[in-house]
Amino acid sequence: MSASLEIQMIAIVVAAACALPGVFLVLRSMAMMADAISHTVLLGIVLAFFLVQDLQSPWLLIGAAVVGVVTVSLVELLNRTRLVKQDAAIGLVFPALFSLAVILISRFARGVHLDVDAVLLGELAFAPFDRVTLFGLDLPHALVTMSVILALTVAFITLFYKELKLSTFDAGLAASLGFAPAVLHYGLMTLVSVTAVGAFDAVGVVLVVALMITPAAAAYLLTNNLRTMLFLSVGIAIASAIGGYWLARLLNANIAGAMATVTGFIFLGVFLLAPQRGMLAIAQRRRRQRMEFAQSMLAIHLLNHEGSPEALEESRVDHLHDHIRWQPKFAGQVVGYATRKGIVQPQGGALRLTDQGRRLAQEAMLQ
Amino acid sequence: MDVGQILHALLFDYTLRTVALGTAILGLVSGTLGAFALLRRQSLMGDAISHAALPGVVLAFMLTGLKGPLVLMTGAALAGIAGVLLVIAITTHTRLKQDTALGIILSVFFGFGLMLLTFLQQNPDARQAGLNHFLFGQAATLLAGDVAVMALFGSAALALTLLCWKEFKLLSFDRDFGASLGFPMRRLEVLITVLLVVAIVIGLQAVGVVLMSAMIVAPAAAARQWTDRLGVMVALSASFGALAGVAGTAISSLASGLSTGPVIVLCISAIAVFSLILAPNRGLLWAWLRQRQHRQTFATVNHP
Repeated sequence: MSASLEIQMIAIVVAAACALPGVFLVLRSMAMMADAISHTVLLGIVLAFFLVQDLQSPWLLIGAAVVGVVTVSLVELLNRTRLVKQDAAIGLVFPALFSLAVILISRFARGVHLDVDAVLLGELAFAPFDRVTLFGLDLPHALVTMSVILALTVAFITLFYKELKLSTFDAGLAASLGFAPAVLHYGLMTLVSVTAVGAFDAVGVVLVVALMITPAAAAYLLTNNLRTMLFLSVGIAIASAIGGYWLARLLNANIAGAMATVTGFIFLGVFLLAPQRGMLAIAQRRRRQRMEFAQSMLAIHLLNHEGSPEALEESRVDHLHDHIRWQPKFAGQVVGYATRKGIVQPQGGALRLTDQGRRLAQEAMLQ
Repeated sequence: MDVGQILHALLFDYTLRTVALGTAILGLVSGTLGAFALLRRQSLMGDAISHAALPGVVLAFMLTGLKGPLVLMTGAALAGIAGVLLVIAITTHTRLKQDTALGIILSVFFGFGLMLLTFLQQNPDARQAGLNHFLFGQAATLLAGDVAVMALFGSAALALTLLCWKEFKLLSFDRDFGASLGFPMRRLEVLITVLLVVAIVIGLQAVGVVLMSAMIVAPAAAARQWTDRLGVMVALSASFGALAGVAGTAISSLASGLSTGPVIVLCISAIAVFSLILAPNRGLLWAWLRQRQHRQTFATVNHP
């Protein structure tokens, strides 16, 4: 395999491995917990490294997962004292643990390949240089690690799909049915920690957060179905991974940064254009509702004065400004809208209700 | 080195004095505005703002070619404000919760800034070297000029906070009551968030984007435990911030390999832990003792 293909494969596997647990993080409002965990796993890596003195050891993964769970427990412990709120608890715990890790590295682990820059920012371009041989195949180390983590994630979500779904949407019911939401919660947090530490070397902490939260958030704006959301989230993450790789090649810039940028743009696109929840759709819906309401008002107004001596005066288009207090421009828009809908008919500067318009006005008054 | 020597160095060593002054200003301002952020449950907004500031720093340099503190801080502030506005837009117009919006903005802005930074670095022009400092902070490289700009921005932010004291108090404790009295609560919210951005931008160069959020949350969380009065809390929070800045600078000067930013964060975290455990009334130790006493009283009542 060429280096370019290998990098893209690693990126795709990382993207999928992050996007899957991300869906549950977004639905459970735990996005910032993911941010905290992905920073504090560094401490786990450092402490495990001091014990085993080997950067390739699987103990590093385990150490990181333990510290990830410790982070979550510390935040919850602080939260439970009710001395600080949840968000402040997160803000207290993770910078402290992260600072500790940074100091330990700079003080005791100099010269080792444990670089704070690399942990935070990642350099995917170097991933193919670190290789392992597996079943006679010469593969990049990161690809193997992340594939194992992805398989674990898929297995966890498939096995506990029903339980995860229930405890995410109705934790109380899940607990009363005996599903032990706390166990699932910590299982999910362990998964997030393992994913974060597996990905840290290749893509860096910040991209882990970007790939966990952003595709899932975009998917949440597109669907109400959990299964669809999982697939959409993975799809968006993979698209960002590939798009980001080529953007980085084009600019000769950091690949992880470019991928985060592409997920951001995809999210922006969804935020603006999503069929029902996008800004554009919301604006259109508001405009239509405003027009419908104004049209009903116009119809009622015309019906009120129909057949009375002042009918001709009241139904003049330029009179609407005085009577219903519409700006002339808006009044013009409403008359145009109502005419197109067949509610009114303009007749020599005045408006006349159609039969349909009369029915609309009567129904609107009944409501 | 004993305490006297450290104090002597802080007062008379030019470099150390400059750095300590800078970190003290940073602690003072972030402590003050962090107190309001904590009360308004916006603690993690600081994390998002500090990450969001990175592309602003890089873009400011790319567009102007200058790397003076004023230019870079202005860029950082504008990007931070853009980040806040996007967080607000996402939370008000979609069903996504605030923490998701914060996560999106902080990771995407940071990634974008990182991409720009690496894009810039392939160009042999060495002037951009200093931009890296914004990632992790390089308090040791603070110059008198940087500190002057920090002091300028910081005192403006503090003066505005004092000027709008009553309004901010209303905003933090009873926003709806304030609105019913006719105060422009929306505009005050914008103002206090902009001041928070200023506080963060001041600290970026010294502590870095990653750890700046601690300087917003920790002093305020510590101060909250000691008092129920806003004035006392803000004063304590500001003093804790400044104390951590100076102490962190002094400690990191004692040994090599101790970067100032992380040491400052550990100092303020230690103050927070101390306060959570030992603050009178609210402290965990006293709560535990009270509970034990209650239990004993209860036992003696039941089994005389």
